[in-house]
Amino acid sequence: MKIKFTFWKLVFAVIMVLGIYATAVRFTRGLGASTNLSDQFPWGIWVGFDVLCGVMLAAGGFTLTAAVHIFNIKRWHSIVRPTVLTAFLGYVLVSLALMFDLGRPYRIWHPLIMRNPHSVMFEVAYCVMFYTTVLSLEFSPIVLERFNLEKPLKIIKAVLIPLVILGVILSTLHQSSLGTLYLIMPTKLHPFWYSPLLPVFFYISAIAVGLAMTIFESSMSSKYFHRQLELPILRELGRVMWVVLWVYAILRFEDLLHRGMLKEMLVPSYEMSLFWLEIALAMIAPIVLLSFRKVRNTPGGLYFTAVLVVLGFITNRLNVSITGMETSAGLHYVPKWTEYAITGMIVAGGFALFGLAAKYLPIFPNEEEHAAAAGELQVPVTDSVMSHAGD
Amino acid sequence: MSKALLYDATLCIGCKQCEAGCAQQNKLPYDDRIAAENVTSDHKFTTVLSKDDKFFRRLCMHCQDPACASVCPVGALHKTALGPVVYEENRCMGCRYCMAACPFGVPKYEWSKVLPKVQKCIMCPDRLAKGQPTACAEACPTGATKFGDRDELLKEAHDRLRTNPANYVPHIFGVEEVGGTSVLMLSSVPFEQFGLNPAGLPKDPLPLYTYRVLSRIPDFVPLGGAVLGGVWWITHRREDVAAAEVEEEKKSGGAR
Repeated sequence: MKIKFTFWKLVFAVIMVLGIYATAVRFTRGLGASTNLSDQFPWGIWVGFDVLCGVMLAAGGFTLTAAVHIFNIKRWHSIVRPTVLTAFLGYVLVSLALMFDLGRPYRIWHPLIMRNPHSVMFEVAYCVMFYTTVLSLEFSPIVLERFNLEKPLKIIKAVLIPLVILGVILSTLHQSSLGTLYLIMPTKLHPFWYSPLLPVFFYISAIAVGLAMTIFESSMSSKYFHRQLELPILRELGRVMWVVLWVYAILRFEDLLHRGMLKEMLVPSYEMSLFWLEIALAMIAPIVLLSFRKVRNTPGGLYFTAVLVVLGFITNRLNVSITGMETSAGLHYVPKWTEYAITGMIVAGGFALFGLAAKYLPIFPNEEEHAAAAGELQVPVTDSVMSHAGD
Repeated sequence: MSKALLYDATLCIGCKQCEAGCAQQNKLPYDDRIAAENVTSDHKFTTVLSKDDKFFRRLCMHCQDPACASVCPVGALHKTALGPVVYEENRCMGCRYCMAACPFGVPKYEWSKVLPKVQKCIMCPDRLAKGQPTACAEACPTGATKFGDRDELLKEAHDRLRTNPANYVPHIFGVEEVGGTSVLMLSSVPFEQFGLNPAGLPKDPLPLYTYRVLSRIPDFVPLGGAVLGGVWWITHRREDVAAAEVEEEKKSGGAR
């Protein structure tokens, strides 16, 4: 156990050293020296992965807060906190990643005073800004409890429902808008992915990934923080995810059918293979797997399926932002090592921050007695308690 | 009155005087090596391409409803009343959405600089303000690049097609493409040979594609709030009622 621990520490250290060196290259020598971007290919993995996937992977926050606080599914309450933490960290990291990608990062505040409401990017900037604020407020009770600050806790509790509603609206807007970004490129994005329904696809898939990330993150927590696995909750999440994936898959294929893409889907090409990789990982495999009782009712099966869904939709976002743009750009984009190094550093930083927060803050409610005492958490955790009783 | 350029490739002799004039106007370096570069870049805003004995000029098309200006979150790009699509570098934060959105691949980035900016042909707005033609049009010895009012140039382009149909492909590039552009082009060979694809470009201005979605947001926000608030009310009301019923039962049970 101890050896494993040091091994991961070593991996983390190596990633950090490479990342810091790449950061130095980026800020002393510019985007040209630190990326394989070009005039023909202005957006690479810092947009395609760090921003598009980063925001998508943080979608559990609005999905779970909506389910628990708006739809009143109280038995899911015990997993809201780690999910909100994941989302909050996700958005902080996306903002950090933007500082690398922007040519002039010190002007990131410009949209505050220079407004172009016709720009999707402007709308995304505002939504992300407000939603990060909302998430930090939704996350704040965890910190406030840690330091026993009763008064601010009461205030947050009083505005929690409007806050959650605002968060869901903002998320709906910018999750879909990341798809809308590409609507202005009908001549550039490959028809496998260019569709007037892009915003709808981005939104529905964000919900599916939000659920998958919650399963993933709960499973990881149970493994590495020795938490009891909340299997009954994960089973239900898996079932909802199955339905969401069906809805997505049906819409997606109807759209492809209407746009006359069925034939092209069978003609081998670079795009075709990555398209099918995405479809297989994000839709076919999880939908088939979850229809087996052995998969949807076991921790291992759920975990594996969740990982497939996450990987599948990461492939989707990279296909939209990179694969689908290569033919029109007339080149094949392969990220430079510095691009990987910085993305790796940000991802590793996310894992480390989650670990630290889990260690020092009352993230998992039934472990901290006073967590349950806090107003926001006055909810029976019977289900998870029951499940633990069986363990 | 909106200004425009009419480029007639059949009059072009490939002398590249437009390139030299453009470089001088924009204080960019220009020598034989740069003259030989056949792509536009952060240091070359226009280029004359050649194929066999045909020439064709590329430059910013100055769309009537430019995608680059529509997507810029900070409004660093905008179309002026006179026609040019201009760039205010001190607004730009470098997101490069303009480059991703431009259907002609016009905006270029200073990739080699630590603090880069976008570079493109801005149609000499200072000269236009003084009533002068663009530097490229002034430099052109044959009249292949002609500056004037868009309406008049459009009429002239139609006249040239009508009087000399054998000289041209029957198309004026820039009339319908992406809602029209302030650079109009005539050619004797298909435009595709020089990287412009009239058939592949929509006739609608590209900003419409995102505006159709964005314009729904003002309706969506209050509607979404009301629906979510309603769901919250129903789900919690149901719970209150259930709790009250349990309470009732307890009471009546106790009475028995």
